[in-house]
Amino acid sequence: MPNPPQPSSAVLTPEAIAASVTGQDATVRAADDVARYALGLGDDALVLAQRLGSWIASAPELEEDVALGNIALDTLGHARSLLTYAGSAWDQTEDDLAYFRDEADFRCRQIFERPNGDFACTIVRQLVVSAYFTALYRGLAESTDATLAAIAAKAVKEVAYHLDHASLWTVRLALGTEESRRRTLTGLEAVWPFVDELFAADPAADAVPDAAVAPAGLREPFDALVLPVLARAELEVPAAPALRGGGRLGVHSEALGPLLAEMQVLARRHPGAVW
Amino acid sequence: MPAEDPPTADPAAAAAEAARLAAFDALIADDKRIEPTDWMPPAYRKALVRQMSQHAHSEIIGMQPEGNWITRAPSLKRKAILMAKVQDEAGHGLYLYSAAETLGTTRDEMLDALHSGKAKYSSIFNYLAPSWADMGSIGWLVDGAAIANQVPLCRASYGPYGRAMVRICKEESFHQRQGFEILLALMNGTDEQRAMAQESVNRWYAPALMMFGPPDAESPNSRQSMAWKIKRFSNDELRQRFVDMIVPQAEILGITLPDPDLRWNSERGHHDFGELDWAEFQDVLHGNGQANSLRLAKRRAAHAEGEWVREAARAYAERTATSERMAS
Repeated sequence: MPNPPQPSSAVLTPEAIAASVTGQDATVRAADDVARYALGLGDDALVLAQRLGSWIASAPELEEDVALGNIALDTLGHARSLLTYAGSAWDQTEDDLAYFRDEADFRCRQIFERPNGDFACTIVRQLVVSAYFTALYRGLAESTDATLAAIAAKAVKEVAYHLDHASLWTVRLALGTEESRRRTLTGLEAVWPFVDELFAADPAADAVPDAAVAPAGLREPFDALVLPVLARAELEVPAAPALRGGGRLGVHSEALGPLLAEMQVLARRHPGAVW
Repeated sequence: MPAEDPPTADPAAAAAEAARLAAFDALIADDKRIEPTDWMPPAYRKALVRQMSQHAHSEIIGMQPEGNWITRAPSLKRKAILMAKVQDEAGHGLYLYSAAETLGTTRDEMLDALHSGKAKYSSIFNYLAPSWADMGSIGWLVDGAAIANQVPLCRASYGPYGRAMVRICKEESFHQRQGFEILLALMNGTDEQRAMAQESVNRWYAPALMMFGPPDAESPNSRQSMAWKIKRFSNDELRQRFVDMIVPQAEILGITLPDPDLRWNSERGHHDFGELDWAEFQDVLHGNGQANSLRLAKRRAAHAEGEWVREAARAYAERTATSERMAS
């Protein structure tokens, strides 16, 4: 398929996207149905960034404070770009969407809500979601929607590093000591039931087939990225059944409420304030 | 590392020792840099390890009060900036530990000294940060004071320290600006936001001034440090410079600095300011601040909880090295 028209590279940062969708010289406005799709992707990234942000100053070594901080920051950047773009359809800012929606209005898949657990659990979740993001953003970089394509083109380079980081740690922890292997297995068993939901139908994606990447089509590239890492780590895919999911429809785990309460508390105490 | 020679009665060795000391003194006098492989007096090495490791410890303990606000930052832009800042602090800790390792002390040894309570870190982080506005005050006042202290360290006589400080100072200046900007947004905001900013500055002003250390007359380590050109200006000189810097900035913010004796002295060409509570300084320094035990407990817990991860990484590295040896 021919390459879609790309916006200038200046559109890539959250601030530049904000500039292009707001203000007097606004040149970009998301269509309502594209915005609904972008909102789900933005929520996935936002909720994950919120989780990763609580590792800083608690990581097992200083290098990991830096690495997890960096990954959180990249992921937050993706969230900001996607939410800013989504909000342009409804005259809402990224902060309106992040801080002033309730739980049932969030559209994140449930795997992103999962509590961090220990370092092994965080790493296994990070392996899964980085492989998913890699497959997703590779596809989305070919979107007919120029802004989504530009956001994805920036993100795909960053998530490649995240996947590398998680893969190296998965192997190291799985083959390190008895304890680290036990913790990795526990993490894998806890995370894996949430994997299928990543590829479940998303009505918002179905509504814009040219702009969106169909979730079902991501399973194969995801497996191609993750299964070799598990094999290298001498880990088997757990047999536990998949959970029902439903995040894209506003059905969430019990973990999301407390996460949002913490994230939103200060902003909601001062509605209308500028920070 | 060049080993320090034991003291000797041998006159030839004593002459060689005197020559090395003279060469060292000449390098210092010429404003040249001492590098890791150069000979240096044991006391110079010790003073540097003390100062550089304290500085590194301050960076990593300093991540805590701000790290605690990342999940609650009131806008996504502020969240991103705060994450980047705390991550920079981890990075500064890394450079400084690495620079200190060139003096022959390992990071593990330095961390053990921190965790056991033997090594100090900046006392400022033993104050609590219960308000969002504290993210502004920490950036503007605490990082501002740190910059005033650290810019002259870019010329420190020990090469790896001076070079690490060049990079650190660039990032610190961004940190100070973002703190100022947080306060400016609050001061341009609602009544509640303005009150939040003023309340926070009221708490941080005096502790920030005390970051330069006790008055010169009572600072035992300063004189030697200045003679060795590790330190370039005295505590009181730096404190004065800092006050002169923040007074006009406070005016732009429209914030009141909580010091009734603060006024311009045209004869001196500097601001006069009130006496600081040095009893409080000593008290916090000796472990009785609001957060001394909290900060150290959190650091120890993170280290202890990470032990199995570091152990796994070591075991995996050894296993990989062994299988590579077997293969070759």
